[in-house]
Amino acid sequence: MAEILIKNGFVIDPSRKINGDVMDVAIKDDKIVEKVGSGAKVIDAKGKVVMAGAVDVHAHVAGPKVNAGRLMRPEDKLFKSPDAQEHYRMEMGFSIPSTFKTGYDYARMGYAFVMEAAMPPLHSPHVHEEIHDTPIIDEAALPVFANNWFVMEYLKNNEIDNAAAYVAWIIAATKGYGIKLVNPGGTAAWAWGLNCLGINDPVPFYDITPAEIITGLIKTNEYLGLPHSVHIHQNSLGDPGNYTVTLDSLKLAEGVKARNKFGRDSVMHSTHIQFHSYGGDSWANFESKAKEVMEYVNTQKNITVDLGCVTLDETTTMTADGPFEHHLNNLNHLKWANVDVELETAAGVVPYVYDKNIKVCGIQWAIGLELGLYAKDPMRTFITTDHPNAGPFIRYPRIIKWLMSQKAREATLDTFKYKDKVIDATNIHGMDRELTLYEVAQMTRTGPAKALGLSHMYGGLSAGLDANVGVFDLNVKNMPSDPEMIEKALLRASWFIKSGQIVVKDGEITGHGNKRTVWVNAKVKANPQVTRDINEKFLKNYTVGIGNYPVWDALAPNPLVIDIDAEA
Amino acid sequence: MPKWITQVGCPYCGSSCDDIECLVSDDGKKILETRNACVIGNEIFHHVSSPDRPKRPRMRQPDGSMKEVTYDEAVDYTAKALIKAKKPLIYGFGSTNCEGMSAVARVAERAGAVLDNCASICHGPSFLAIFDNGYPSCTLGEVKNRADVVLFWGCNPMHAHPRHTSRYSIFPRGFFTTKGQMQRTIISIDPRETDTAKLADYHFMLNQGHDYELFDAFRTVLRGHDIPAEVAGCKREMILEAAEKMKNARFVMIFFGMGCTHTDGRNHNVDIAISLTRDLNTHTKASIMAMRGHYNIAGPGQVWSWQFGFPYCIDLSKGTRAHMNPGETSSVDLAMRDEVDCFVNVGTDAGAHWPIAAIKHVKKHPVITVDPNICMASEIADLHVPVRVVGVEEPGVVYRMDNVPIQFKKVIDGPEGVPSDEEFFDKVYTRMCELTQTEPIWVHVKEHAKASSSLEH
Repeated sequence: MAEILIKNGFVIDPSRKINGDVMDVAIKDDKIVEKVGSGAKVIDAKGKVVMAGAVDVHAHVAGPKVNAGRLMRPEDKLFKSPDAQEHYRMEMGFSIPSTFKTGYDYARMGYAFVMEAAMPPLHSPHVHEEIHDTPIIDEAALPVFANNWFVMEYLKNNEIDNAAAYVAWIIAATKGYGIKLVNPGGTAAWAWGLNCLGINDPVPFYDITPAEIITGLIKTNEYLGLPHSVHIHQNSLGDPGNYTVTLDSLKLAEGVKARNKFGRDSVMHSTHIQFHSYGGDSWANFESKAKEVMEYVNTQKNITVDLGCVTLDETTTMTADGPFEHHLNNLNHLKWANVDVELETAAGVVPYVYDKNIKVCGIQWAIGLELGLYAKDPMRTFITTDHPNAGPFIRYPRIIKWLMSQKAREATLDTFKYKDKVIDATNIHGMDRELTLYEVAQMTRTGPAKALGLSHMYGGLSAGLDANVGVFDLNVKNMPSDPEMIEKALLRASWFIKSGQIVVKDGEITGHGNKRTVWVNAKVKANPQVTRDINEKFLKNYTVGIGNYPVWDALAPNPLVIDIDAEA
Repeated sequence: MPKWITQVGCPYCGSSCDDIECLVSDDGKKILETRNACVIGNEIFHHVSSPDRPKRPRMRQPDGSMKEVTYDEAVDYTAKALIKAKKPLIYGFGSTNCEGMSAVARVAERAGAVLDNCASICHGPSFLAIFDNGYPSCTLGEVKNRADVVLFWGCNPMHAHPRHTSRYSIFPRGFFTTKGQMQRTIISIDPRETDTAKLADYHFMLNQGHDYELFDAFRTVLRGHDIPAEVAGCKREMILEAAEKMKNARFVMIFFGMGCTHTDGRNHNVDIAISLTRDLNTHTKASIMAMRGHYNIAGPGQVWSWQFGFPYCIDLSKGTRAHMNPGETSSVDLAMRDEVDCFVNVGTDAGAHWPIAAIKHVKKHPVITVDPNICMASEIADLHVPVRVVGVEEPGVVYRMDNVPIQFKKVIDGPEGVPSDEEFFDKVYTRMCELTQTEPIWVHVKEHAKASSSLEH
């Protein structure tokens, strides 16, 4: 590491409202600086775009269900894996790539940080084993809480301080980052083969509703002042007509103010909202409610969302929403893996083909893009595919192409077998908004960094931030008329510098970087009741000893710990 | 004063119990006593202190005798053998930690080896069924807290997994199963009257090799169709009664073992067992689990799936991509076709478990055994490298039969100078790089890990 000067690029940095100005970016060691000496290595970015390293707010890249998908799908490797690059590890898999391929592919696209979206606490050592085997990118993981016995018990009694003490303990024990909710209450019901489809359906046995879990965990999150808001996958994912459930649960954030020291304004991140914006009451009259959902999101400044765009690929769905995967399996009859996790959560995995020849898949594709196009605030709307659920993350540049080009959207629409039916059920046809690269930078860099409370490290190019800089072969003053060129340029960065090291040149990996595991250490005052409850449950109901539960430091070998004092 | 160390993981069977207590001598070198372990686990903890245990590598001499060599010589021999071989096979891993598996994977990729684990001769057919049909499963705590009908199909935990029934599956009182065994209906399906069968409420003593038919009968009944008066040697009435029990259960758990994977039908038996589980989920909640044999035999399936995308039978000899095709790239088949020109046996005993004909083939070429103990594989080897015993002398992550990762701690110091599997294979890797004058790949992940593990352990 030393000094690098990226000269004369079109800099796009929404964190400073810089939109395509020709500027230099200077790097010293692992930070961006105001200027460097004459001995700095010079990268000529003339005619190219320079952006901060991108931040993925939600992807399933490490852990038990990702690996269940890898294990059960050898066909995901067959004819779909590239040749290994010399001096690098083999890269296997397409929708659920190996950890090495995951790190390399994200880096090739100029991504600096990826959030693993669902970590079952009991399996956290597994998640961290995979994270430390993923090169280059910084990663964190969100433990799941919304179906956890302790959490449901405390929230039922409205004991926010106890819930907070427990949540803080789990986040530290699992080296996690924040609070993830997946199908609140519904996954707990799945342990008996049931589900909660509405936010007021009582959770069997627990005498609590999804709405109470959501509200309680929002309060817990703000009580602790965590860097990220609660991160929620709502009830009734994937069902026709579910947009009302989505709106109901989004409304639970109304009037709640963010309390934290990380510059975060949001109190709820609603993830892969494409899967939650469905109208109709059957697959026959299935339709887009993207407009209704996004109009509400536009008015609510304390909500962030990510899109979860369908990419029209054969992929592997996986979620802690166990009952959904069972339901999906009854639709497509492919193989089905399930893992119910004692006291905590569940997960399911089902392969899925988003086929252009299927009407519903076309409508889903349109809904994801409509949500991006209806969004008024790109700082609160982030581009994802809920990797690998709606498609693999290597399709992000394709999503961006569609969002930036009506021509590209219409061209894809033309390939659909049921084009007319898709057009009838959606608004995508004729939508003429085309996002700018500046908006894309907000949606992939500055926005997600802010929502995660990581603006002090990622998402911009100000001096003092981490030296994560991507250079892409796009001329903002003269954008290519062929939208394919946008995808091509963003898929393979000309240069990517991660933490001050050049890790990509001309789209090829040139180094393994210096990946870090980011986790939050929230301190709360000692809570004897919670300590007693934890000990009791481990003694009576868990099958693993409490002493063997917290993740060893050695499993997160290059940590970046964010300390929080909730009492301060 | 000797001191008790609690919540110790047991490096024996797939139950991966982590509630063992060990009394350790003052000098931290010897385990004096254990609590909670089964007879076999107990033996492992005491065996590490056996005076007969090998503490230096031994190399076969031209006259056939074994002579002690240094670890550096062992590293050099292994590195050279792997480089020289066109298609080395590295096999085993039932009894080591994931750190070791990861280190070996790196070596195998560099060597262009075939990487395989004991599942190849054990639950390999289960993997084939999982590839086709999935795996609706759960963690063992779910069984303990919820299961009220438990099937043991072709497995005998009372012998093979001695504490399985008391910790997870038959006896424990869980949150929703407060009456323990009284609340559970146990169904054993086994041609023999095993000790597990003796505990069961229903024992289907089926005709050997007719498992598929009996599974099919259960599915047929559950779907509301009739079956013949006798299926696979079992009476219709009994099948109907057991099917009714399953249908009306709150949580059905199916455990299956070698009696499914290594009898007629093999992967098809497991496939239909999974289908039965799927069918049951339309009536109630049901889960299925393979009774994995060793405490970390689920480990290579996990580690290599995230590294290569495949759990076993991984052919890395192309250098560009991993290739898996059991039958073609499975250990015994490779050996039987004499395709392997160097064999490395790690943390298992291929000498005892493989067909003699297969062992005879690999014996034509260099054979290296990396294992703490004297075993048949060590005695036929050209080089035997003793290593520390995981879970006793070496910490590490292991995956229990339900794929739950458990961090096994170290209880006592290993014999002086004896490396762990991970350390040994990291040295082999470094030596291979020196010999081939190539750069090691992504080394600082190892440096970070070492720095933080010195703080931890």
